[in-house]
Amino acid sequence: MDFRPPRPSRRSVAVWRRNALVWRKLWVPSLLGNFGDPLLYLLGIGYGLGGFIGQVNGMPYVSFFASGLVCANAMNTATFEALYSAFTRMAMQKTWDGMLAAPLLLDDVVLGEIGWAATKSLLTGSIILAVAAALGAIGGVGMLAVPPLIFLTGLCFGSIALVVTVVSPSYDFFLYYFTLAVTPMFLFCGVFFPLSSLPAGARWVTSALPLTHAVELMRPLLTGSVPEHAFRNVAVLATYAVVFGYLAVVLARRRMIT
Amino acid sequence: MPFLQTLAAGASPGSPPSVPPDGAPATPVVVRAVGLAKRYGDALVVRPLDLEIRGGECFGFLGPNGAGKTTTLRMMLGLTPPSAGTLTVLGFPVPDRAREMRARAGVVPQQDNLDPDFTVRENLRVYGSYYGIPRAILETRIEELIAFAALESKAEAPIATLSGGMRRRLTIARALVNDPELLFLDEPTTGLDPQARHLIWRRLRGLATSGRTLLLTTHNMEEAQRLCDRLIVMDRGQVLDLGTPRELIDRHIEPYVLELSGEGIERLEQGVPEAGALRAERVGDTLFCYARDPAALAAAARTRPEVVAVQRPASLEDVFLKLTGRDLRD
Repeated sequence: MDFRPPRPSRRSVAVWRRNALVWRKLWVPSLLGNFGDPLLYLLGIGYGLGGFIGQVNGMPYVSFFASGLVCANAMNTATFEALYSAFTRMAMQKTWDGMLAAPLLLDDVVLGEIGWAATKSLLTGSIILAVAAALGAIGGVGMLAVPPLIFLTGLCFGSIALVVTVVSPSYDFFLYYFTLAVTPMFLFCGVFFPLSSLPAGARWVTSALPLTHAVELMRPLLTGSVPEHAFRNVAVLATYAVVFGYLAVVLARRRMIT
Repeated sequence: MPFLQTLAAGASPGSPPSVPPDGAPATPVVVRAVGLAKRYGDALVVRPLDLEIRGGECFGFLGPNGAGKTTTLRMMLGLTPPSAGTLTVLGFPVPDRAREMRARAGVVPQQDNLDPDFTVRENLRVYGSYYGIPRAILETRIEELIAFAALESKAEAPIATLSGGMRRRLTIARALVNDPELLFLDEPTTGLDPQARHLIWRRLRGLATSGRTLLLTTHNMEEAQRLCDRLIVMDRGQVLDLGTPRELIDRHIEPYVLELSGEGIERLEQGVPEAGALRAERVGDTLFCYARDPAALAAAARTRPEVVAVQRPASLEDVFLKLTGRDLRD
């Protein structure tokens, strides 16, 4: 295996731009598709279920949930892009092979893909922020700091998902990742209920998961307060992004440079 | 339109050829492989290979499926790390500086990997962006490449609407987007109908006369004979011979071939050598006779008027089958 550190170049922007150009052709259905699901969650759980719950952590449940949903959506969008869409480009359309015949390295391709997954998180995340704010579920000046953090969250989950992509023999493999990682994080990292209600052992596990840190970071900013451990949260998300980004490069080399 | 003139009129390509090492002859060595080998586990897919390919040459790798042609090409592109040996392409050590080498090369892969999300024009534009070609230069070049590929009426069409021949032409045009000195072509005409194949051969000959170096793998003898200045015949990872098509034919095969087919071929097999053919080989119900003197073959044919006799000059295909055998390769 080739463990040498990645040497991406400015050309990774061309990979990002290729994906952006495809997206631009289909941006209306793409945004509607990405945005429909979280909106339904916001209405059904946030307002519907929230009506029975009332206050959580000193705020209306809909605010608690909407702020968590922004983070979960950043995770989901980047995950889907770096799994299904990237796998299609890598294994089905052989788009990566075409890029590798040009003066691009896999290092550039992987970086471009992760950057694009994060960009999609940012694009759909911005719309969800706008809608949730228009509904009055979230708000405050802290919101202005959130888009870059959505992008960082997208980098983190895009990197992890791309590792899964480059080791997957087929699309079916992704189901394991959803069942073992994405769904548990969605349910147990503080999106739906406060972590304080978890038993101590489970809290210890969830505190190591990236979505927990995204929620700890963005929820206060979206509900009018200040995150307590902002530095630590950012560091954890960035570390996940770098470590898994590196792993994605090494494992992509193992798959493609043979 | 300087780029199109380059393609059409046979002038030398825009970028200068790589500088030869001191004391080297005028035509620079474009590819130099020394002891280049590739092993997967216990399987040696390319046995140690020494090779020098010079600028402006059309060089062919001829061999059946599984011969190691594509692996050799991938090693030269820096996409497959060699197990042994050293490799220099366009003056760059590969794979270490393959990125810089690929900036000056073009690749036509065996399987088309055109971008299905884009039109013909967008494919060229996006591919050009991978080379960092300035937009203004790229846009003029794209017009010329669309004309080169004879796809003017399809410029705004999505890839899904193109025929196999059109896709192949676009793939070749795409490989020229950076005006490369060296072109790698992995089975460029496999699966195409004769019309499409002949158009592509014309285009490739044009590129060869424009001073570019062409490296081509094929198992199509006609293609090898028409296009290649020199070629190697490979099988099971081993180079069997190297030379011009003419040299290979002269070295391995008598100049005249007579094919006899029909009833009673088995009995003929005994009689032919005596009738003057130097060598005879039976495959199924056809008897191949090889001779230096065509009269001897004609005489052999006359001994059995009931069989169908076809006399022809020896071809690369005879060499190929002699060197690689007639067993099926799956």
